[in-house]
Amino acid sequence: MTGSGAGTAEGVRVDRPESGSGRWPVLLSGATGRNLGLVLALLLLCAVGAITAGDRFVDFGNVMTVLRLASVIGVVSVGMTFVIAGGGIDLSVGAIVALASVWATTLATQRIATDYGWVVVVTTALAVGAACGLINGLLIAYGRIAPFIVTLAMLAGARGLAEMIAGKKTQIVTVPGFVDFFSGRVLGIPVLVIIFAAVAVGGWILLNRTTFGRRTLAVGGNVEAARLAGIKVQRHTTMLYVLLGLACGLAAIMLLARTTAGTSTHGQLYELDAIAAVVIGGTLLSGGRGTIVGTVLGVLIFTTLTNVFTLNDLDTSTQAVAKGVIIVVAVLLQQRFARRSDSPPHPARAGGAGGAAGSSGT
Amino acid sequence: MTNPATTPQPATTGRSLLRMQGIVKHFPGVRALDGVDLEVLPGEVHCVLGQNGAGKSTLIKVLSGAHQPDDGTITWEGEPVRLPHPQSAMDLGIATIYQELDLVDGLSVAENIFLGHEPRTAGFVRRHAMRRAAADLLARLGHPEVDPATEVGRLSAAGKQIVSMARALSHDAKLIIMDEPSAVLDQQEVQRLFGVIGDLAASGVAVVYISHRLEEIRQIGDRVTVLKDGRTVAAGLSAADTPTSEVIRLMTGRTIAHAFPERPTGRPAGGPVLSVRGLARPGEFADVSFDVHAGEIVGLAGLVGSGRSEILETIFGARKAAAGTVTVNGVELRPGSIAAAVSAGLGLCPEERKSQALVLDDAIFRNVTMASLGTFAKAGFLDRAAERSAAEERLVDLDVRPAGVDRLVRTLSGGNQQKVVLARWLLRECKVLLLDEPTRGVDVGARAQLYELIRELADAGLAVVLVSSEITEVIGLSDRVLVVSNGRVLTDTPASEITEHDVLGMVMEGEVA
Repeated sequence: MTGSGAGTAEGVRVDRPESGSGRWPVLLSGATGRNLGLVLALLLLCAVGAITAGDRFVDFGNVMTVLRLASVIGVVSVGMTFVIAGGGIDLSVGAIVALASVWATTLATQRIATDYGWVVVVTTALAVGAACGLINGLLIAYGRIAPFIVTLAMLAGARGLAEMIAGKKTQIVTVPGFVDFFSGRVLGIPVLVIIFAAVAVGGWILLNRTTFGRRTLAVGGNVEAARLAGIKVQRHTTMLYVLLGLACGLAAIMLLARTTAGTSTHGQLYELDAIAAVVIGGTLLSGGRGTIVGTVLGVLIFTTLTNVFTLNDLDTSTQAVAKGVIIVVAVLLQQRFARRSDSPPHPARAGGAGGAAGSSGT
Repeated sequence: MTNPATTPQPATTGRSLLRMQGIVKHFPGVRALDGVDLEVLPGEVHCVLGQNGAGKSTLIKVLSGAHQPDDGTITWEGEPVRLPHPQSAMDLGIATIYQELDLVDGLSVAENIFLGHEPRTAGFVRRHAMRRAAADLLARLGHPEVDPATEVGRLSAAGKQIVSMARALSHDAKLIIMDEPSAVLDQQEVQRLFGVIGDLAASGVAVVYISHRLEEIRQIGDRVTVLKDGRTVAAGLSAADTPTSEVIRLMTGRTIAHAFPERPTGRPAGGPVLSVRGLARPGEFADVSFDVHAGEIVGLAGLVGSGRSEILETIFGARKAAAGTVTVNGVELRPGSIAAAVSAGLGLCPEERKSQALVLDDAIFRNVTMASLGTFAKAGFLDRAAERSAAEERLVDLDVRPAGVDRLVRTLSGGNQQKVVLARWLLRECKVLLLDEPTRGVDVGARAQLYELIRELADAGLAVVLVSSEITEVIGLSDRVLVVSNGRVLTDTPASEITEHDVLGMVMEGEVA
């Protein structure tokens, strides 16, 4: 009884924040190091692109194309970062995007929108996204069903509903002004890219500078501790899924602008792309640590990869294989770094992580 | 099955099954076992008694091969043996049934019993043979009604224990160690378990039975070994004939390595800060009522499973009370609402610090401010400078070492982790602190410091409720002691008027199975 718990004597502990591992590993082991690794990977990809595709890759127009492609999945991934950092998972994001895109472009919606302005389309998509997120959140937090199951059901249900509403047809956006506004450019930069940037900055602030973000990490880090510290865990969890639902609604709007049509096949495999971007970004799949910068870099890496492959006329199958390899390598490398920073030299078990203690995002 | 040995028997009888001599086991900062002798005869039920911290658990772990002793000898059937890992103990025929049963809920009874040594032909499990063998073992244990095909997850705690015992028998165990098996059982189940133990002993299997409950020991035990402070203080006592007062005398009077802070003399002024009235949860505890004043420490003493932790968690709203009220400074709390309790000024330091209180891989200061984020926020935005300095201030006050609010909580020792949890509630400016096993996993040197700290907090006007398995701790630190047994409060007395002996007598005799 005395034995098992009495691990280490107080007196033995020594304060050696950095001596255990050299300066370089410390730099690499923290959030900065992880992001640096991602930046390097991205630069490497760009170099490959520049060498293999030359001018077609290094071109302002092409860069904007990459960013435009990245922006839709990017918005979803930022939302996904919150859910995963909060200890959850959402497989239904692609289906929610499809449902929101369809619902916002039905004849009825578009008729009202023609009378009252395209803001009706925007509001509908956001409302549909938020509602799906709310259903997910309530079932997970109050129904106590595993997030995997609930969102798997939503994946099937929402896409099915989208098919029912659209009758498997493509619904062209006819509302005046909508496509013009969202496909436009401000100072040469596509509006979609600006939205993505705004969402990323907003997400970073929300995760790192607000009580909401801190509670998200606490709930994801140790849900029982958060509960016993008086955090309303169920309400917070619900809000996380609503937030992601809203992000999906916004992504649907952006997708409508890019493709000028709503269809039940929008957002295929978004769940996998978003989760992959979040995880290679450095957010812990088990929760408690989240990084928006990492997620954005993760999204950019995948989109650039697609672009480089397309420019070189390589097929999508090769692309998928490359994606798979990248995910595994990225996570393996992260675990290496994580182990180096979290388990300092054995007997003293002191410091080591001192400089890199921040578990919140970057 | 009775053995008429009434006096300590230091020497070997020549036919002993197991003999442990002079077993010593150190942990950093603690000498958990300091010369333990234990002798078990074939076919006897040998009870090991001792208070919390006397070394029972460590002894079991040494015997089951989970811990290696630093000194001493183990003799098995006359041969000196070493038990470098749990498998080697199992190979000899020593099986341990832990409190947290190590069964796989999703597998059937038969699959659990033969897990790892399934009867098989060419890699295929002989399912029928396995079921039949399982049924035989269950019948031998007097529980033929347990269907070997049932999923273990659907069995009661008692049923699971039977499965664990069947598994031990399937390994041809000659010695079965049971660690407080009755803590999770109701009276009827305990009686049936005793029947099984009696049959086992009659068939030549020896049982080492750990329990706090004297009545049980008298009913099924043959001989008793008493541990205190990691030493054997009496061996081979007759379970039936040794007077209770003698047993309790042997168990009490432990050397206390630390002095408890002095109690203030004056009576607490003003009305109660915390008032609990008729609190109840079916199956856990009933009719719990007590008051705590500002500056007062009230201790709840009782065995594991007596309901003391459940009472604390229900006061805090982490469990929903079925009946009764909790009032803080005249305001009645909404049952089952932690948020209500926290905003009324309650703070809980839970029993399992690491899994229930801390985000181990997060910075210290974030763990401290977790319960009071709102006070550092304007419109949801955190003032991080204010947050850090406030956390830092509390941590310096509590002398958390090493300093540095950005360290991961994981890198701190048990005592300092506990201070981080305390700092969280002090920052929240709580009025009532609920402490569940505040010194668990904290080494001796750091304990005294925590005791001082808790008393200082009370002196500063906090009302404190303390739960601990260590009776000396409850009596030494509290102003008033409530003895809890079987979910009921037996007494509410000033700590100066009750002794360790009294409390131990009450909790051990109170739980007649």
